[in-house]
Amino acid sequence: MEKETCTFSFCQKPEVTEVDCDLLIMGGGMAGCGAAFEACAWANAKGLKVVLVDKAATDRSGAVAMGLSAINTYVGENKVTDYVKYVRNDLMGIIREDLVYDLGRHVDDSVQCFEEWGLPIWKKGDDGFSMDGHQALAAGKKSLKEGGTPVRTGKWQIMINGESYKVVVAEAAKKALETNRAATGMAQNHFERVFIVKAVMDTNGKNVAAAIGFSTRENKIYSFKAKAMLCATAGAVNCFRPRSVGEGMGRTWYPVFCAGSGYAFGMQAGAEMSLMENRFVPARFKDGYGPVGAWFLFFKAKATDSYGNDYCADKEYFDDAVARYGDYAKNLGTAIRNHLMMRAMKDGRGPILMQTPSALAEISKNMKEKLGEKEGTKQIKHLEAEAWEDFLDMAIGQASLWAATNVEPDKVPSEIMPTEPYLLGSHAGCAGFWVSGPGDLPGTPEHYTWGYNRMSTVPGLFMSGDVVGASGHKFSSGSHAEGRMAAKAAIAYVLDHADYKPSPKLSLDEIAAELYLPFEVYEKYKTYTTDPLINPNYIGPKALQARLMKIADEYFGGCATWYMTSKTMLEAGLQKLDMLKEDCNRMAAANLHELLRCFENYHRILSVEAHARHILFREESRYPGYYYRGDFNKIDDANWKCFTNSVYHVDTNTWEFKKVPYVQMYP
Amino acid sequence: MPSFVITEKCDGCKAGDKTACQYICPHDLMILNRETMKAHNQEPEQCWECFNCVKICPQQAVEVRGYSDFVPLGSQTIPLRSSDNIMWTITFRSGLVKRFKFPIRTTVEGTVDPYAGKPAPDFANIKKPGFFNSPARTE
Repeated sequence: MEKETCTFSFCQKPEVTEVDCDLLIMGGGMAGCGAAFEACAWANAKGLKVVLVDKAATDRSGAVAMGLSAINTYVGENKVTDYVKYVRNDLMGIIREDLVYDLGRHVDDSVQCFEEWGLPIWKKGDDGFSMDGHQALAAGKKSLKEGGTPVRTGKWQIMINGESYKVVVAEAAKKALETNRAATGMAQNHFERVFIVKAVMDTNGKNVAAAIGFSTRENKIYSFKAKAMLCATAGAVNCFRPRSVGEGMGRTWYPVFCAGSGYAFGMQAGAEMSLMENRFVPARFKDGYGPVGAWFLFFKAKATDSYGNDYCADKEYFDDAVARYGDYAKNLGTAIRNHLMMRAMKDGRGPILMQTPSALAEISKNMKEKLGEKEGTKQIKHLEAEAWEDFLDMAIGQASLWAATNVEPDKVPSEIMPTEPYLLGSHAGCAGFWVSGPGDLPGTPEHYTWGYNRMSTVPGLFMSGDVVGASGHKFSSGSHAEGRMAAKAAIAYVLDHADYKPSPKLSLDEIAAELYLPFEVYEKYKTYTTDPLINPNYIGPKALQARLMKIADEYFGGCATWYMTSKTMLEAGLQKLDMLKEDCNRMAAANLHELLRCFENYHRILSVEAHARHILFREESRYPGYYYRGDFNKIDDANWKCFTNSVYHVDTNTWEFKKVPYVQMYP
Repeated sequence: MPSFVITEKCDGCKAGDKTACQYICPHDLMILNRETMKAHNQEPEQCWECFNCVKICPQQAVEVRGYSDFVPLGSQTIPLRSSDNIMWTITFRSGLVKRFKFPIRTTVEGTVDPYAGKPAPDFANIKKPGFFNSPARTE
């Protein structure tokens, strides 16, 4: 097929603006907001310029856009080494223990800042029952920083009233950026509705000189040149065909707007990736994808098959799991519980049910026995509100689905189900880039550190949150803290490299032509057919996504094959993916919104390619319940208890893979 | 669960530069029709049902209708967000109504001072563990 180029013969040439700064933060979610807060504190004192770019409005961008009902990582009274063990267990034995430990020793300060800025955090009342953030404040309960006692649902989780969690955290970040404007005289350092498309390398062949993107509101292109860059964008969602393919396609578990843009950015820069084969398949309330954590941990509800049997205790399933996956199966981590649920479903024992009525009946009985009828009833009412808040803070649609289907949780159980796969590195997954650790922890092997904390293998390119590999279970608070850790190290890097002047190897004209190619293609061909939606010369953003989802679902272990794939399946799918990637040269956009969707889907395609190639490289099934290699359906510690790292060479469209030793630093 | 806009209530945010729903939608879904001066959701199958457009609309013109592929008709979920609380009214298909009120923040919006009471950074520590305001914990 003839290659298309943009000469602005058909579409209008946009205005191109260059922005020079010292540190560029890409993404305004939890990690990006943490990065802005920490970076500006250091930068202001030295007159360094910090810029944050967000494709949405920072008040409601990122994974916490809707809100959250809990903070999943607060170490508090626990030991950091126990946090490392918990993460290692859940991620099937292979994590960067230096990164995870480093996160655990820093995360609490971020949570304490959130409370100071106005996030209501539940506290334990004198009677042992929970108080919401306002009640606790009115009762004079101590803050976390002063030693107050949060309400724990599990060992690491604390409950919050988190409807405005992101708004509060964004306010602090925006104020921090404002102080940096005052310190440096910059007119603007917070760009909302600007979408970063790609990394442009320096003429020196080593650094990323510029991050280029476009406004989704006006015909304007940006080239952000920086001494250091921090990628704080999200994982990749809606890469696999989801279970709901109509309107419900938007009801993803992780936000539908996570497009893998950070993965794509790092890949284009040649940054080394690690464990990109990892994915997360959460078991959630069916269709509404409401959270199950509070139901399991707080209300002590049990999940069973439709006959009331605990499928995790099924001897046949369990023995088979131990035979294939060894001691990992015995720990019953998230992946293994998924695996056992799928066994039951495949045997026709579904729907799988969260037994909410029995859990609530048990709580009700205990409360009334302990408190008497009147006070007990009051506490039960409080508890009911807490159960609904769990949904209303973070998965409102689940509450609506219960209402629409007349589900009262004390009367009927609800279906739970494994979702489509998600790629991410901050929640219960660890797909991302290989980054330097802090280096000061005893027992750190040499290959874990190269100078600056959270720096990728590309000098000056830092990572945080979802795009850091091999260290999951950071969640919202951990992502904020990691943004801060990375930002601080990035400022140190900037100070050490004060002489570096970015020199992008593409001219501004070349950049404009590349970013507006989908406009040029659309305008050139749109009148050839009577309906611009159906045209043999180009592919629109919806078609791009549909093709990607179909390939991923059918060949790379999506729902269609019960998460099963193999060498032959992967290779067949990768051939189709190659053609899709080629067709991206003919992406077409009728407006700025479609231009955004085109490049978002291009980022998804790159993310999925990395994912599939990593699954192909790792010849075992490390994450049963998330995906299976049918040709190697076991865990093979002798050959594969190691990191699997890769580098994508964008110029030659080739991949390099290697095994990297895993080192256990903590018992 | 895509958001929808009630024709009679939407005033296009009085022909401002952009509407409130356009400003806030994390997925760039809300769009203003310049002819009718009414907003709508341009890609309902990409809507995450985050309700941010519902919460921010000054006219209470935006609501949400359940995803057509799995939500039966007849229910409603309506938030009313004030400066420190949010009130939810949930109407079941059966007509049952549940109402909940939850705190949203303990400070007045706009008053956060991120560096208040925090020390200036010590550049001697920039390559050591810890943040500008607090050391990393040790055990």
